[in-house]
Amino acid sequence: MSNLSPEPAVRAARMGLLARAPAARLAQLFPDLPAHDWLRAPEIGAVMLRGRMGAVGAPFNLGEMSVTRCVLRLSDGRVGHAHVQGRDKDHATRAAALDALMQGPEAGRIEAEVLAPLRAEEAARRRQRAERAAATRVEFFTLVRGED
Amino acid sequence: MYVATKGGERAIDAAHGWLAAERRGDPGVAELSIAQIREQMALAVNRVMAEGSLYDRDLAALAIKQARGDLIEAVFLIRAYRTTLPRFGASMPMETGAMQITRRISATFKDVPGGQVLGPTFDYTHRLLDFALMAEGEAPLAPRAPAEEVPAPHVLGLLDRDGLMEPVPEGAAVPPDLTRAPLELPASRALRLQALARGDEGFVLGLAYSTQRGYGRTHAFVGELRIGMVAVEMEIPELGFAVEIGDVELTECETVNQFIGSKTEPAQFTRGYGLVLGQSERKAISMSLVDRALRWEELGEENTGAPAQDEEFVLAHCDNIQATGFLEHIKLPHYVDFQSELELIRKLRRGATAMNEAEE
Repeated sequence: MSNLSPEPAVRAARMGLLARAPAARLAQLFPDLPAHDWLRAPEIGAVMLRGRMGAVGAPFNLGEMSVTRCVLRLSDGRVGHAHVQGRDKDHATRAAALDALMQGPEAGRIEAEVLAPLRAEEAARRRQRAERAAATRVEFFTLVRGED
Repeated sequence: MYVATKGGERAIDAAHGWLAAERRGDPGVAELSIAQIREQMALAVNRVMAEGSLYDRDLAALAIKQARGDLIEAVFLIRAYRTTLPRFGASMPMETGAMQITRRISATFKDVPGGQVLGPTFDYTHRLLDFALMAEGEAPLAPRAPAEEVPAPHVLGLLDRDGLMEPVPEGAAVPPDLTRAPLELPASRALRLQALARGDEGFVLGLAYSTQRGYGRTHAFVGELRIGMVAVEMEIPELGFAVEIGDVELTECETVNQFIGSKTEPAQFTRGYGLVLGQSERKAISMSLVDRALRWEELGEENTGAPAQDEEFVLAHCDNIQATGFLEHIKLPHYVDFQSELELIRKLRRGATAMNEAEE
């Protein structure tokens, strides 16, 4: 069994990318699941979302969000985790499988074929939102009245 | 008193059958898909998520379809579903300062770092019916402009820096949860905010409006209103680190309120806070006004007896599911209750008649 756990920050960023990815797009980029056993079969539940009083103060409970989680193990022992917003078990399964595969020799191929496109598409979606927002930014101008 | 009554099954089945047919409406008109409701009735979906207290656009859209557009009934469906879900845990407090901005305005400062961003707003529309929407047309395209990566820090933080703002109130690291423990009064601010966030938009709006009209006035300015996407991070115990598990759209409102000072505090500005799931600025502004009104005791202000200052009144009545449940139950069979009332009235009338006769 490989214990080459990557840097948590790198792994967390990858898991976040997979969780935020549109499920249909993920299925397109990564259609074939590797053989796996469930350590925790996909399960739908809720996570309580917390805000902060006054935006920066102590936390309070705002409301819940639906989340699907699972843990799987590949035949070589690598374990993959997923916590994914929504109720799509297929999405969670693919995210967990990719988390496991990224801990081994497939990492380079998956980075190029799955993660890089997802990252680029997410950046494009964010840019589109930012550009739409920028178009509605108010440019004030001041009218000077009277004599100076 | 409640007594089991039998015999309505056939009528109930038929009523539900008719309901299903009415829900569908004229079969000659195309059926609504969940995706259509999610995409084109987005603000109704947002309201159902906020008051249903569950962020899931598809489920909220389904609930709206099932409820024939009755949003309180839809909220009821979401609340009922919510109770069936196991709780995986709580997110880390979401950082709205790092929000991907869709809309961000300040009514207190014209020039704020990050700028005033109007976003997709109804403001400045003429509120004239647009008959062009009755015809099918091309999908409109939103204008775009080059975007720079400019941070948009919270506006109230700028006042805070000058010491003119009250310090951010402290609270428990693990906040109390309305959905896990019955409401006890006096409630903490964390509990009040949770109740208001899922409270009925109309009720919270009415209360907020009452403070503006003088029932517990707080002189509120919208220091900042922002709408956008915020990352949801959660600590995963098995992994030992936090992971982003998705992102949600939030509306946040911070009010700046006049405060003339007290024996212990100098004159400064105070804060009201509103945070709502989805895009709902009416609700967020209302929430921040009511939050501020409820803080009268903590800030040493006068209790004028205004409804918006009455924590028990606000918290006990802001939930539309509790309200509608109790209100609508009176239409259900109360035959035995009513029978006893009938007996009582008859007895009183017999007594009065007998007394009148005796007097004559």
